[in-house]
Amino acid sequence: MNFEFSADQMQLKDIARKFLEKEDAVKRARTVLEGEASYDEDLWKLIIEMGFTATAIPEEYDGLGLGYLELCVIAEELGRSIAPTPFSSSVYLATEFILKLGSDELKQKYLPKLASGSMIGTFAHTEGNTAPTQNNITCEVKDGVLNGRKIVVTDGDIADFAIVSAKEGSNIGLYLLDLKSEGVEIKPQITLDPSRSHAALSFTNAKFQSIGSASDGWENLQYILNRAAVLFAFEQLGGAEASMNMAKDYAMGRFAFGRSIASFQAIKHKLADMFVAVELARSNCYYGAWALSTDAPELATAAATARVSASQAFHECSKENIQTHGGMGFTWEFDCHLYYKRCRQLAANIGSQSIWKNKLISSLEKANQL
Amino acid sequence: MDFNDTLEEASFRKEAYNWLKDNAPLREGSKDNWKAASEEEGLKEVKIWQDKLYESGWACMHWPKEFGGRASTPIERVIWGQEISKFKVPGGYLEIGQGMAGPVMMMYATEEQKERHLPAMARGEEIWCQLFSEPAAGSDVAGIKTKSVLEGDTWTINGQKIWTSGAHFSDWGILVTRSDPSAPKHKGLTFFFLDMKSPGIEVRPIKQISGGANFNEVYFTDVKIPDSQRLGAVGDGWKVSLTTLMNERLAVGDAGGPDFDEAFNLARGQDLNGSLAIENGAVREQLATWYCQQSGLKYSKYRNISALSRGETPGPQSSITKIVSANKLQEIANYGMDLMDAAGILREDEAAADQSVYQYAFYGSAGLRIAGGTDEILKNIISEQVLGMPQDMRADKGIPFNEIPSGNK
Repeated sequence: MNFEFSADQMQLKDIARKFLEKEDAVKRARTVLEGEASYDEDLWKLIIEMGFTATAIPEEYDGLGLGYLELCVIAEELGRSIAPTPFSSSVYLATEFILKLGSDELKQKYLPKLASGSMIGTFAHTEGNTAPTQNNITCEVKDGVLNGRKIVVTDGDIADFAIVSAKEGSNIGLYLLDLKSEGVEIKPQITLDPSRSHAALSFTNAKFQSIGSASDGWENLQYILNRAAVLFAFEQLGGAEASMNMAKDYAMGRFAFGRSIASFQAIKHKLADMFVAVELARSNCYYGAWALSTDAPELATAAATARVSASQAFHECSKENIQTHGGMGFTWEFDCHLYYKRCRQLAANIGSQSIWKNKLISSLEKANQL
Repeated sequence: MDFNDTLEEASFRKEAYNWLKDNAPLREGSKDNWKAASEEEGLKEVKIWQDKLYESGWACMHWPKEFGGRASTPIERVIWGQEISKFKVPGGYLEIGQGMAGPVMMMYATEEQKERHLPAMARGEEIWCQLFSEPAAGSDVAGIKTKSVLEGDTWTINGQKIWTSGAHFSDWGILVTRSDPSAPKHKGLTFFFLDMKSPGIEVRPIKQISGGANFNEVYFTDVKIPDSQRLGAVGDGWKVSLTTLMNERLAVGDAGGPDFDEAFNLARGQDLNGSLAIENGAVREQLATWYCQQSGLKYSKYRNISALSRGETPGPQSSITKIVSANKLQEIANYGMDLMDAAGILREDEAAADQSVYQYAFYGSAGLRIAGGTDEILKNIISEQVLGMPQDMRADKGIPFNEIPSGNK
């Protein structure tokens, strides 16, 4: 049994962590959150220089040709440091759509640019105040153009292109749209986590390139979401562990009633609960990483398990971190809120807890059909 | 990252499986478990099976060979556990002796005593119990009061122990006593092993909330123990106790009983508001939560096994197992009975045969959250030993034991 990352992968993780610490990614997240910029361009460039965007892209498309286990450990460190860059949109989503579903021509055209970071991609799916389904998507492809509107598109204001879900006849298809082209209107949207930018995208007779065929578009979409869910889960895991450690460190140094508050069982048991949530999430994330890297038939189950578990852990840790800090945790000055906000952003990005819990049970029903 | 054995592991697994196949029946499904007609019958069957294991070199695998063990690596024990779980074999009765008393004897007994007792323990010939907890010393186990007084070469024991599993069928016991009540709590303890048939020992079963009785109160009235049966120095009893408490934490693992699979299958066959329960959103969300817990524990275990496989000590993730599984079990039991609506209150022997697991677990789970370290103690262990947080402030530190208030007031 070798259910652990290899020494090389752990070394890469360590390199990523030290790099993000040295570059003070957390402080940069605060700067983006407080300022006008949509993301930290300088950090993004450094991340590209480190080769992180090229990690899982094959060498024939100018990638590093490493695997998804390598990408998982990087994701955990990006989550730990709440790096304010379009990494998740561009690498976990846009790159995966093209790599797994795109034509050779699309791969040749986009993957080298995604690897080198000269292009940023994203995914546009949500349209209203409810989760997108096969029946409620109104963006439509007809007569060779796409019309409709997508909202809360993460990095929508900075991306060069977006993969857009839209109906075509009775199917839901996936389409690549150049966001700099005619018929695309981009309107930034303010969210609860301004350290990541969001936008509404309106399409009027916009031109597109198809990603795969619309007849199995919905299934393809679920497949890519499952792959991305594992990587999002690793970011959430990193954020959860960072929040737990922040709570512990603060409690150890805070004295009240003549003693360290870390010696009170009410605080210790709170931290123990966080630890339990983080450990369960970590083990489920590892299972997801294995399924992602081997393209296992269990991917749907493993991805949903990792996603639900890591969302829960980050929620638990980021809210109880504020609680452990007391009043200081509620101030702008302390970093607790940066994690609380990023937790919400990551939990919302590719579908809510309810959606993924339902997906998990559905995939188990499918696997257990008699 | 893979789930495969190394070459040596695979060959060991094959050896273990082949031996088991020649000596025991395979289980026919997950519910096909060994169950004895009575405690007495069970004890007989366990002894016969253990003797077979011993003769073939499969007893007490982690023990040195000279005492009847196999000197196995931790990963070999794990593999053996995985393989034996496929077979319908007797179990129980021997764990406390082999898991807790054995290691203490190995560390503190004389060579002569080891030779006399350890092989008999490994073979299942003699059953051991552990006499630690007292009515006023549960989680705070160092607060025991059972008195030991030395006169010449003989100790005289007076007091009471509680929660002693198997005391009524045990041949020997390990015992911690207070030899110096004027010393601070953790000093002044002395550790012994003793014959459970000694005059002055009275064993009374404790009736549990389930109606059953798995453990006992044990009363000591002027019980004599020769000084030669002292383990460790006089006053060093706490240090000796820690050896077994560490082993206890490793021994108490996953809670047995209905888990996600049972709850999932129940929901797929049970009506709720006119349709199958599984179609209900609230049921699906609840099931998903349990699946994530079950899966998290499973893969935490795999991470542990991986560490063992590389010859490393498993990380702190093992400390979460009981806390998660016992609480999950209690919730699943409640959920299962809830799905049966009013009929869920029927006792296990009245309930539909394949659903009675929830009624069993209703009682059992409440006990599991306490046995072998309560939820609260385990959370202290996680926060102190894993996260490095300070101990709670103690009101009894440095105070002579006989001046510390204790018990129920």
